[in-house]
Amino acid sequence: MWNYEKRLQFPVNIKEPNAKLAQVIMSQYGGPDGEMGASMRYLSQRYATPYREVSGLLTDIGTEELAHLEMVAAIVHQLTRNLSMEEIEKSGFAPYYTDHTIGIWPQAAGGVPFNACEFQSKGDVITDLFEDMAAEQKARTTYDNILRLIKEPDVCEPIKFLRQREIVHFQRFGEANREDCGNSS
Amino acid sequence: MNNSSSEQNRMLKDISIIDFTLVELNEYLDTHPHDRQAMEYFNHYARIKNQMARDFSARYFPLTADMSTDTKEWNWVLSPMPWESSFGEGGCK
Repeated sequence: MWNYEKRLQFPVNIKEPNAKLAQVIMSQYGGPDGEMGASMRYLSQRYATPYREVSGLLTDIGTEELAHLEMVAAIVHQLTRNLSMEEIEKSGFAPYYTDHTIGIWPQAAGGVPFNACEFQSKGDVITDLFEDMAAEQKARTTYDNILRLIKEPDVCEPIKFLRQREIVHFQRFGEANREDCGNSS
Repeated sequence: MNNSSSEQNRMLKDISIIDFTLVELNEYLDTHPHDRQAMEYFNHYARIKNQMARDFSARYFPLTADMSTDTKEWNWVLSPMPWESSFGEGGCK
């Protein structure tokens, strides 16, 4: 079960709307290496491990990914609110606007809808943990790519926070994959 | 921004800083469940977070529904959603 805390994990305060940036950043909502896939991957994999350290870690990181999903949605929402029709047409946002207005919907930057095939739950703890380490690196690369595409300080600060969480999670999954996990003092 | 909302933002920011420490310690402890020093840190910051969340909820709006003490208006739903505005200033450092 879950509880909702009415705050973002890291502040999102975007002053200027920019649909071009929104189009790119929404990939981390519903794209191949986005936060939705991350959360669903870890929360689905929890049942297949006999190790409580691992099912506990998957629960806690899968929960944190939901907070990241909310942050990415907040960024996209703030980048698309109060846009004029002219700005929507000029920025290439018209195809998304046609189907979703400025609602939040999970898709990749290129428009491909979210798909459960973007993650695996293999029923083998070692297999799953290696997938999880790779997934954190893929998400980190995506955030690096986004940071090369954007310069706006109020947008890149929360993106930098999300990027560094991928590195920490990679580290924790690596520890969970060691046979001495749980035996250290 | 008036004084009341800047104080509210400052408290929310402090809560988020403390809670980030808790998230880090929690995930670290998941893979190091016998690290007593990390548990001491966790317990210390958990107490602080709990008190701060209660103080914030009593003054502004409930951070979680079960922190509500409302009797006239249900502020859990009347207070702003977190994506409407947020605390502090953005910006790369």
